[in-house]
Amino acid sequence: MTTLLATERIKLFTTRSPWWSIVAALGLTIGFAGLVALNHSEGRPLQVEHSQFGIQFGLVVVLVMAALAVTTEYRFSTIRATFQAVPNRSAVLVAKTAVVAVLAAVIGEIAAFGSWTVTRVIAGGPEMAIATGADVRMVAGVGLVYALAAVIAVAVGTLVRQSAGAISILLIWPLLVENLVQLIPGAGPHIHDWMPFVNAERFLNPPEFTTPPIGPWGSLAYLAGVAAALFAAAMVAVNRRDA
Amino acid sequence: MSLLAAERIKLFSTRSPWACGLLAVALPVGFTALLAAQAGDQIDATVANTQITTNLGRAVVLVLAALAVTSEYRFGTIRSTFQAVPNRVTALTAKATVVAAVTAVIGALVGFGCWGVFRAIHAGADLALTGAEDWRPVAGQALVFALTGLLALGVGILVRQTAGAVALLLVYSLLVESLVQLIPKIGDDIQRWLPFFAADRFIGATGDDAANRSDLPLSPWGYLAYFAAISLVVLAAGIATAARRDA
Amino acid sequence: MRATIGRMIEASGLTKHYGRTVAVDNLSFTVSEGRVTGFLGPNGAGKSTTMRMILGLDRPTSGDVRIDGEHYRDLRQPLRTVGALLDAKWVHPNRSARAHLSWLATSNKLPGTAVDEVLDLVGLTSVARKNAGGFSLGMSQRLGIAAALLGDPKVLLFDEPVNGLDPEGILWIRRFMHRLAEEGRTVFVSSHLLSEMSQTAQDLVVIGRGKLIYQGTVGDFIAHATENSVLVRSPELGRLAEVLSAEGAKLSQDGDGLQVSGMDSAEVGELAAAARITLHELSNHAGSLEQAFIQLTGGTVEYQAATEEGPTA
Repeated sequence: MTTLLATERIKLFTTRSPWWSIVAALGLTIGFAGLVALNHSEGRPLQVEHSQFGIQFGLVVVLVMAALAVTTEYRFSTIRATFQAVPNRSAVLVAKTAVVAVLAAVIGEIAAFGSWTVTRVIAGGPEMAIATGADVRMVAGVGLVYALAAVIAVAVGTLVRQSAGAISILLIWPLLVENLVQLIPGAGPHIHDWMPFVNAERFLNPPEFTTPPIGPWGSLAYLAGVAAALFAAAMVAVNRRDA
Repeated sequence: MSLLAAERIKLFSTRSPWACGLLAVALPVGFTALLAAQAGDQIDATVANTQITTNLGRAVVLVLAALAVTSEYRFGTIRSTFQAVPNRVTALTAKATVVAAVTAVIGALVGFGCWGVFRAIHAGADLALTGAEDWRPVAGQALVFALTGLLALGVGILVRQTAGAVALLLVYSLLVESLVQLIPKIGDDIQRWLPFFAADRFIGATGDDAANRSDLPLSPWGYLAYFAAISLVVLAAGIATAARRDA
Repeated sequence: MRATIGRMIEASGLTKHYGRTVAVDNLSFTVSEGRVTGFLGPNGAGKSTTMRMILGLDRPTSGDVRIDGEHYRDLRQPLRTVGALLDAKWVHPNRSARAHLSWLATSNKLPGTAVDEVLDLVGLTSVARKNAGGFSLGMSQRLGIAAALLGDPKVLLFDEPVNGLDPEGILWIRRFMHRLAEEGRTVFVSSHLLSEMSQTAQDLVVIGRGKLIYQGTVGDFIAHATENSVLVRSPELGRLAEVLSAEGAKLSQDGDGLQVSGMDSAEVGELAAAARITLHELSNHAGSLEQAFIQLTGGTVEYQAATEEGPTA
């Protein structure tokens, strides 16, 4: 497995996509935190959660990067070269997902702590201290969410195989469909509670903000469950299909 | 005329525009059916509110229009296009015309489809299109979708890569414009000049808080003109760039 | 399980359906160890599909193919056993040649020196840091061959390696194949051009529409497939035709002469002399290889063009 991890690491970092993803994710999240901090009103001191307003920017970049990590292999047929070198397709998918998820986690941690630091430097008061367990979750938890989002995106990319299709699904779903679901009268809010990215957001929300049915860590576990299910589907597909 | 026919054939002889077109209509209309089936207290039965889910169609149209040109770059057929029609401004204008026409039809189908399905299911409400205020959100979808198509085409020509163009368009329209609001003090002032916010104001569905704001600088038609101006500027920038660079 | 000695690739009853299209139809053949075997068939005959099945990329609908007694998917480090070049464009255009080879090497625990060795071998050392997307077809082909040789494998598969290359590139590939064969490697190389195969291969596997047409040596194939004929011209062509057909020859009009088959030129001459018929020409015509190939596969071309040029795609 270490060999395969090394292989996938080389593959990922010898193209441009992870590099611009890192720049875009960090630039957008930390830059947005700076914008928010620079414009805040003196009267209302910023809290830890205010430093994380831009965290969704990084999330969408991670979704796109992780999907591209597999769809470009199909696009340029290097997936065939890959399976020719390593016929154990399950192992390839595990290794690729692991490498992308670790990168996503690192991006998430830097984005979150970077945003927090920038906010603190620009407009920090005593409220900006990471004091409670909830504060830690809101900042350090970003890496976990990004990693699980990366697993979901790799799985969707593997199932769809096309960049345009995978990216469209991965962006339209969390940014639009999950919101619209809420509007369905009656059942809508209940369905909304079980949307994966809604749960990602709830895990990162301050405790007073929402009252999720299963608590922040339950939300994270649920997100992990969705990621695992999609990943299993991708495993089955990749083994059954012709390359 | 033959150029338009050529672009029409190109668009309709591959699968993805059909798939996108179908999704662009089916997703919002289907979703509206879900809403309408149970509509009661939460959603007022007004004509504008039949259009709440149309952004779903608009998102797919962004993808369709971007693909119309990025897939030409992807498969190198843009070279054949420019070889057949060396005047690139003419060639791309023809493409823009076809994209605008197709997306306008999709917009009309979405607008009337959502209104129709809502009305059919929610029979009690008075959803007849009686005045200009009623026609604007429904028939107006054709205009909004066509301009959305042109904007996406322009971005597609500029970016040339499918993944980049699609990601940029979706992230911008679905995320950036709403997150901008979160910037204290200046957020609201920036948001009221953003293109898709403008398009939403023209339709005027009460999906979000901004709809009821009274401090907006432009009227619905003013916002449409503003959205049109932005779309056409982006498209013009794309065409001018394509005319200058190597194919 | 070991294969029968000498049989490096064994396909038995290999069949592949894509929807309702039958790409490969109950195909059985063997490729012998240490020889260059040509895999010949018109475009669309199922050669690439067969190669993909050998490499475990496509799953056979039925049947089985093994390399040295093993299924490709069971090989632990397959690049050490089998090197393959199916399509030179299977590289990421924004990845350098060296990076492409280096992830391949890593995946099979090959030493880093292998990358430099194969780059040197195919003459790409100077452009190793350039992105593969900017390579010409000839350079891409060399990169593909470098990738195939990375694990120093005993079996090599090449799919239409000379397609689209300039004469210099074709010559380079041909020499390379010879060199690989001299090193005792098993080479399985496909082509739709018989003339190309007669220059490189010792054995042939010929298919048409996914079915096996011939398996054996190149020499036998030519002898078996090409029928010699004799061209005669004479002022008394009508009488000559009667005499020859009375002796069982098959005749066909050819301009102002006759094509005679089933009889050699000596017999034709003697029969003419016995009947006191003047001959203006008596010459042997060896059938060309391409004719033989078209004769054998003619009925099996997937997309028969309306013109005489035949399929080119």
